[in-house]
Amino acid sequence: MNPLEFTLVILVALVCGMASVLDERQFHRPIIACTLMGLVLGDLQTGIILGGSLELIALGWMNVGAAMAPDAALASTIATIVVIEGHQSIGEGIALAVPLAAAGQVLTIFVRTITVFFQHQADRFARNANFRGVEAMHILGLLLQGLRVAIPTAAVAAVAGTHIVQTWLDAIPEVITSGLQVAGGFIVVVGYAMVINMMKAKALMPFFFLGFVLAAFIPDLNLVGLGIIGACLAVVYVQLNPALHDSIQAPAPVTAGAGNDLDNELE
Amino acid sequence: MTTHNVSSDQVASYAASDTDARTEANHKAPAQDLTQRDYLSTYFRSTFLLGSFNFERMQAIGFAVTMIPAIKRFYTTKEDQAAALSRHLEFFNTQPWIASPIAGVTAAMERQKAAGEDIDDAAITNVKVGLMGPMAGVGDPIFWGTARPVLAALGASLALSGSILGPLLFFFGLGILRFATRWYGFKIGYQKGVEIVSEVGGNTLRRLTQMASIVGLFVMGSLVSKWTSINVPMELSRYTDQTGKEVVTTVQSVLDSLLPGMLALLLTFLCMWLLRKKVNAIWIIFGMFIIGILGYWAGILAP
Repeated sequence: MNPLEFTLVILVALVCGMASVLDERQFHRPIIACTLMGLVLGDLQTGIILGGSLELIALGWMNVGAAMAPDAALASTIATIVVIEGHQSIGEGIALAVPLAAAGQVLTIFVRTITVFFQHQADRFARNANFRGVEAMHILGLLLQGLRVAIPTAAVAAVAGTHIVQTWLDAIPEVITSGLQVAGGFIVVVGYAMVINMMKAKALMPFFFLGFVLAAFIPDLNLVGLGIIGACLAVVYVQLNPALHDSIQAPAPVTAGAGNDLDNELE
Repeated sequence: MTTHNVSSDQVASYAASDTDARTEANHKAPAQDLTQRDYLSTYFRSTFLLGSFNFERMQAIGFAVTMIPAIKRFYTTKEDQAAALSRHLEFFNTQPWIASPIAGVTAAMERQKAAGEDIDDAAITNVKVGLMGPMAGVGDPIFWGTARPVLAALGASLALSGSILGPLLFFFGLGILRFATRWYGFKIGYQKGVEIVSEVGGNTLRRLTQMASIVGLFVMGSLVSKWTSINVPMELSRYTDQTGKEVVTTVQSVLDSLLPGMLALLLTFLCMWLLRKKVNAIWIIFGMFIIGILGYWAGILAP
């Protein structure tokens, strides 16, 4: 890795780390982070493919409320370096990504705790209407989040191409790597489960089963097709659901007596 | 979901009392209005909302930084500016993109306050805090539950074949949605002010949320079947039929004849249950890795 590549790697990692807390421009998502990393390492193709594979696993990872997702940023940057510079397979990259996501989560918890200190500094600046001071505290917190990913990534990038790392990676027994590949096939459901739980819509679960059964029995349907079916169902459901109408209200019973009569008739 | 102490009823009552205050205080001079530059600056700042996310007050500094152009425009004295700045350093947490309409409503209230209308600090904070829960309830299913996973799934399916279109589709698709939510959200919130509070509980947003949830759940269901692979090649029986062909029955072939992808479906439910029991996702993933390694070693599971 030449000095220019090394600098670019750190820069990409910094951006990914900041994006990971911001959740704004999505540079921390594997599909973007791995692609950028692949680009600066000179192997765009591998970056895109690894990004796509990791994105499948990370599909439902999200920060909701105070709950935090596994960290996709650190996982993506380091996994790409190991695959491209360390000459490993995509499968091994995926296997590595998961422990890295856990490590990244620990690091971000650490930074989010430190930032409490900046919060109190910001209070102090606000009392004097010091706008610049408040902004500085904000940027400092953001920068720490960037460094949280950039520093470990730089450390890995510095040693990834060396023989020691290569032999170490090659020494992983076959049963572990294949077993991790097996698990890679189904750890994706964790993300799906996160999405379903977050929706908190028990009444809408039939649509989940409908999607499952349609995809299971009609393998030719691709995602675009399924998306269109889902959208149509959504529109029809909303149109037919009386609870979601402003104009048409369900007619109220005329009198309490009439309601009782109706009940009696039904019995 | 975001915690919020103030119910939407309370917010509505604040909104109502605020409209009363406005009619009484009509004679006062209006504060300066936001300029195009202020809109741009607010938008740019809002895209860094979560920068200093911390466990004490979460997005508080980010919200204050977003409000700075408005505070500078509306308040002229240092005391007023300091008070407004401190006001927005209080706890704030919602879905980040949907925070923009909330910032808009808050800016509208700050402007009225600066114009001398009778709005106390608590009213502004209560509207803000009261909106963040319901707004997260709209933003989380639409953006995190549907838009991002669906675009990510589409992008990933293209990326797996090495096409740059995958990342580009994801990045720009979501980027446009995000920009529109923030830019127009802030403008609408600012122009409508507290009136918007009554619309949050209204049917338009509920309809939108429900539609997004349906598409999200539908696609999740199809992904469970399409992209999850569990293979149990364990043999149950092996015999030679009349034509001399060897017939092998495995666990997988039996399960597939019942319902393809059944194991994936059951595993999804197990994960949902574990997540609801507050088990950290990372531990579930590690558990699955161990199952994968042991299963492969014992010959029960195969890639």
